[in-house]
Amino acid sequence: MKVLVAVKRVIDYNVKVRVKPDHSGVDLANVKMAMNPFCEIAVEEAVRLKEKGVATEIVVVTIGPKAAQEQIRTALALGCDRGIHIATDEEVQSLEAAKLLKAVVEKEEPKLVFLGKQSIDSDNNQTGQMLAALTGMGQGTFASEVAVEGDKVQVTREIDGGLMTVSLGLPAVVTTDLRLNEPRYASLPNIMKAKKKPLEAISPADLGVDIAAHLTTLKVEAPAERKGGIKVASVEELVDKLKNEAKVI
Amino acid sequence: MSILVIAEHDNSTLKQSTLNVVAAANAVGGDVDVLVAGESVGGVAESAAKIAGINKVFVADNAAYGHFLGENLAELVAEVGKTYSHIFTGAGTTGKDFMPRVAALLDVAQVSDIMSVESEDTFVRPIYAGNAMATVKSNDPIKVVTVRATAFDPVSGEGGDASVEALDLVKDAGLSEFVREELAKSDRPDLASADVVVSGGRGMQNGENFKMLESLADVLGAGLGASRAAVDAGFVPNDMQVGQTGKIVAPQLYIAVGISGAIQHMAGMGDSKVIVAINKDEDAPIFQVADYGLVADLFEAVPKLEEELKKVL
Ligand SMILES: Cc1cc2nc3c(=O)[nH]c(=O)nc-3n(C[C@H](O)[C@H](O)[C@H](O)COP(=O)(O)OP(=O)(O)OC[C@H]3O[C@@H](n4cnc5c(N)ncnc54)[C@H](O)[C@@H]3O)c2cc1C
Ligand SMILES: Nc1ncnc2c1ncn2[C@@H]1O[C@H](COP(=O)(O)O)[C@@H](O)[C@H]1O
Repeated sequence: MKVLVAVKRVIDYNVKVRVKPDHSGVDLANVKMAMNPFCEIAVEEAVRLKEKGVATEIVVVTIGPKAAQEQIRTALALGCDRGIHIATDEEVQSLEAAKLLKAVVEKEEPKLVFLGKQSIDSDNNQTGQMLAALTGMGQGTFASEVAVEGDKVQVTREIDGGLMTVSLGLPAVVTTDLRLNEPRYASLPNIMKAKKKPLEAISPADLGVDIAAHLTTLKVEAPAERKGGIKVASVEELVDKLKNEAKVI
Repeated sequence: MSILVIAEHDNSTLKQSTLNVVAAANAVGGDVDVLVAGESVGGVAESAAKIAGINKVFVADNAAYGHFLGENLAELVAEVGKTYSHIFTGAGTTGKDFMPRVAALLDVAQVSDIMSVESEDTFVRPIYAGNAMATVKSNDPIKVVTVRATAFDPVSGEGGDASVEALDLVKDAGLSEFVREELAKSDRPDLASADVVVSGGRGMQNGENFKMLESLADVLGAGLGASRAAVDAGFVPNDMQVGQTGKIVAPQLYIAVGISGAIQHMAGMGDSKVIVAINKDEDAPIFQVADYGLVADLFEAVPKLEEELKKVL
């Protein structure tokens, strides 16, 4: 079966972001960019399904500027077969991303679509659920275990109270949580091979999707700084401070 | 303005977070109705009707909603919510699951995890793991919003007398089936609403050592949390993870034990009133946010702390 994976180019998770002085956003100039960590997990899961003989072809798609092709190449080096780059320099919000992905789903007709549960830049946690709604598919969100059985997929989900397992008919959307797998690194030979794998670039207009944003960001500010506190010398001093200074016990 | 709040509950009790979400809805202004969807939720509906200041409670009681499957809830909420100006719910895993689906069905954007209401269409929300705060305006006719409960003081769960109306709306999308669930059982205060939280990290070394923290938490009546590293290593279950991708907590007192203080962890506890860190590395980043830092070996400090606390509590 065919599997589609959506990956997003985001700021590397180790980078401490800085808000721009004019409050228009965060400073992305000369900042290290990478594949969203949850998308790495999505790619890994698709590749494992292929290694198990469950998936036959993995198509990886990204929406973003030209540079986002780097993340497609990374995914190809990790074992995806073919890339689709939906090219735009505009900011694409979750609803519009879902509409673009829906157009790709209609064209490619995958049996399973993997997305990350959340992008670590917008922290939205929306796109997979929206794609599932727009395509009329079931959704297994926050997956920590995925098992394809015939024309169904069982997804174990990380929920506030613990774990929950659902069974979805295929095709279905699965969004990945941190403990689903541990992504591998791409080997040098595979990075070289990935350069020859097919990568198609299309535009939102080619897909007939209007990507005008529904939300306007009015300003972006640094969060209120916590005042650094003090170091206490002993457990006794700590208890004394908690009781008599902070008055929280 | 008319706001529909989707109640959070487990079919038997109304979650405290619903009171925080109603507070956020009140900040918008206008009539606030509450929708309780689930199975055998008579008791929850009764509790919801007592929430101070709300207008009406709708109840959708059906097996289709019993396990809070996102596909079914979304169809229900989109149907009931389409005449409202706002649809609010908490940013727990249930809300995160069904709410974006509601937004897509209504062809509107969702504003995730808001921390303040600036006006009827403008909200503040954290991005980049809380390292920046975005003020976002929704241009949609219906504002679909998930609320970070800890950022709003709860309204009273008593004193209200809203009318309760049963809805005869069964939406079974037929896309998903419940198989099983493994819920953590604990007599401890709920992590998300506890006044005191004790959390352990990789420094705890193994699951067995978490007993030390349990015992400390018992003395304090605290909820128990963990870093991702401790969960990934299998020391403790996933529902204990605090952080950008785990639970958001904002207790009066947060005690981080053997946790380095990665930005992804701080995103989940940085709004705590008082932060205590116990770490043997004096350069651990957690000390930059800790009100009281103790540089010590946790295996000595934690039993000692329990002993000292027992003297004063
Ligand atoms: C996409 C993404 C999402 C993430 N989401 C989360 C999240 O939601 N929550 C989260 O917590 N993390 C999250 N992380 C992981 C985060 O980046 C850190 O890796 C993690 O928080 C580290 O956990 P830790 O502090 O327990 O471990 P470490 O960083 O290994 O720190 C262990 C600490 O214990 C101290 N220590 C060791 N032994 C002792 C001792 N005997 N006495 C005292 N101190 C001791 C050490 O000095 C050290 O500071 C996420 C990461 C990514 C990429
Ligand atoms: N621009 C994009 N290109 C490709 N995939 C995306 C894009 N935006 C979001 N996604 C997918 O949707 C997931 C969740 O994103 P979000 O809803 O923005 O938190 C990501 O992990 C990706 O899998």
